[in-house]
Amino acid sequence: MAILCDAKTRLIVQGLGKMGRFHAGLSRAYHTQVVGGVAPGKGGTEIDDMPVFDTVREAVAATGADASVVFVPPPGAADAILEAADAGLDLVVCITEGIPALDMLRAKRSLLGAKTRLLGPNCPGVVTPGQCRIGIMPAQITRPGPVGVVSRSGTLTYEAVDQLSRLGIGQSSCVGIGGDAIIGTNFVDALALFEADPETRAVILIGEIGGSAEETAAEFIQSHMTKPVAAFIAGQNAPPGKRMGHAGAIIAGGKGRASDKIAALEKAGVAVAPSPAEIAVTLADHCPGLRS
Amino acid sequence: MNVHEYQAKELLRAYGVPVPPGRLATTPAEAETAARGLDAKVVVVKAQVHAGGRGKAGGIKVAKSAGEAKRLASEILGMTLHTHQTGADGKLVRKVWVEAGCEIERELYLGLVLDRASESLAIIASTEGGMEIEEVAARTPEKIVTVRIDPAVGLMPYHVRRVAFALGLGADAVAKLDVFLGGLYRLFVEKDGALAEINPLVVTKAGDLLALDCKLNFDDNALFRHPDIRDLRDADEEDPREREANELDLAYVGLDGNIGCLVNGAGLAMATLDMLQVAGGAPANFLDVGGGTDQDRVAAAFKLILADPQVRAILVNIFGGIVRCDLVAEGVIAAAREIGVQIPIVVRLQGTNAAEGRALLESSGLRLIPADTFREAAEKAVAAAGPNPKTQAKTQAKTTSAMNPKSNGRG
Repeated sequence: MAILCDAKTRLIVQGLGKMGRFHAGLSRAYHTQVVGGVAPGKGGTEIDDMPVFDTVREAVAATGADASVVFVPPPGAADAILEAADAGLDLVVCITEGIPALDMLRAKRSLLGAKTRLLGPNCPGVVTPGQCRIGIMPAQITRPGPVGVVSRSGTLTYEAVDQLSRLGIGQSSCVGIGGDAIIGTNFVDALALFEADPETRAVILIGEIGGSAEETAAEFIQSHMTKPVAAFIAGQNAPPGKRMGHAGAIIAGGKGRASDKIAALEKAGVAVAPSPAEIAVTLADHCPGLRS
Repeated sequence: MNVHEYQAKELLRAYGVPVPPGRLATTPAEAETAARGLDAKVVVVKAQVHAGGRGKAGGIKVAKSAGEAKRLASEILGMTLHTHQTGADGKLVRKVWVEAGCEIERELYLGLVLDRASESLAIIASTEGGMEIEEVAARTPEKIVTVRIDPAVGLMPYHVRRVAFALGLGADAVAKLDVFLGGLYRLFVEKDGALAEINPLVVTKAGDLLALDCKLNFDDNALFRHPDIRDLRDADEEDPREREANELDLAYVGLDGNIGCLVNGAGLAMATLDMLQVAGGAPANFLDVGGGTDQDRVAAAFKLILADPQVRAILVNIFGGIVRCDLVAEGVIAAAREIGVQIPIVVRLQGTNAAEGRALLESSGLRLIPADTFREAAEKAVAAAGPNPKTQAKTQAKTTSAMNPKSNGRG
């Protein structure tokens, strides 16, 4: 069953630049149903054997798409997200990095009450192994299995997935929620989906410094989750006041430190990995039934 | 992006927020002229650097005459200010803001931020002006009032009333605060602010509100649509390496170890610092080469790392998703050839086109140390770099503070 996407997902691509086309190709090679693209002014043409539409609504009407991946550059990205939501898609995954925070604040507000779930922005997307790839993850490192992975970081997600796969432990879905301050799907949303998913037996959560999403996740785990969770928090040695790449990764005013996040997670019964090389093994030790 | 106090005040003034009259000076003579032109009983000479705590460090002084302003400016201009926010090197003062003094009745705090937790804009106000808000939050949180604003609706009159009454301003001051907050809010949303702090916001003896000090920070991601704000950037205030990285669109933070790091993705880059520490090493930098990386950018990143004389080894840690490992390999090879790298380079490539990348590295004829897993890569880099004197000093300091019961545990 997995979460967010599966073999039935019908995906369109918004933003058919070099990046959008490259990753649409990789998704198709992974047998994802990429049914079309949206490029205003190029409707009626074909790019890489995909039908192209001027608007998301036209694309949905013609293809029956239920999900979209956004590669539109920052100035138009929030607009692209809201256009997708307006067209009634179930899922919009925004890869774009560098969207102005106030644009996302307004877009997030506008999505309240909509049926559309936003993943990202500034995220690597989601892979349901063996079924569907939306975004930019290297799907070849994943394998189907019982572990849900949710992360604020892209490449660190790959690291955890790779470690799991090397231990012979597969994944139900791998979800990158993004490194920005304002994001569509947060840890708690993803954890709730994994908790409800019968195919997920355990979860890996990868957080980082900045904000309080990990602390909120710890509260949710304690009060709502029955499945075992292991975690890693990146940035344990980050200097305060410096933005560590991600817009959201900053220790500000004594808040957002890794040590506080780790303490909150441990208090909630989460097994926290001592180093980024031991994320998968920490989960495997915490949940002995996973190793086959 | 941060701006200077004088730039922030000019922006505030343009949005109708009351600020004291003032003029910029870069020489003592200019400061004298400025003071004379202000026609005030006292003037304040304020060092313009991107750091708080200027007053305690001797960067803000009061003058009773234009002559005294000139003398004080001659002391402040050219001095290196050391505050808790400047770092060990301090900040050289190149400009002073000469401002008319005012008679202060009360000092308050007013901030406007993008609040991540509530996904709204938030006004933070406190009666404890002139103190750092973090300190107030830690000691007397009841003295802080937070008012959240729905960005779709904007600032409403009740927001202003709540702040006014929380600050004890009284009914007659609500209209004045409405002008003040209204201007600040419009500036913030029109110019994509990230943080605005008016500290202190003063109530004068005449009952007026004035922004006595102001710190404005703008969203870097929105500068593309605000060329006027982008022009306020003062390159002199930025760390030269961080500035260079910024120009190359690389995320770089300088640290004090001896292992240079070139990583893709912020999370993996942070984790690489963590892994090096676990392996007993010390990173010289955080560097995220980002997505869509091409040969030129990787080569530039490489040069940036090597510009740090402390670097004894380099760890390249790439997990390819959006970044193709073969392109990274080409960048590493090109840069290593171009610069003639003398120090060991440990390279770990995983993910999209990793096999092609590794093949390119192996056929390059360069002395590169390949690594497969994260731990192996970190351990090889630590071994290649050798001991880092600063780390040993730090470890000792940590041990000492751990034995000290007064330590607050901040690492």
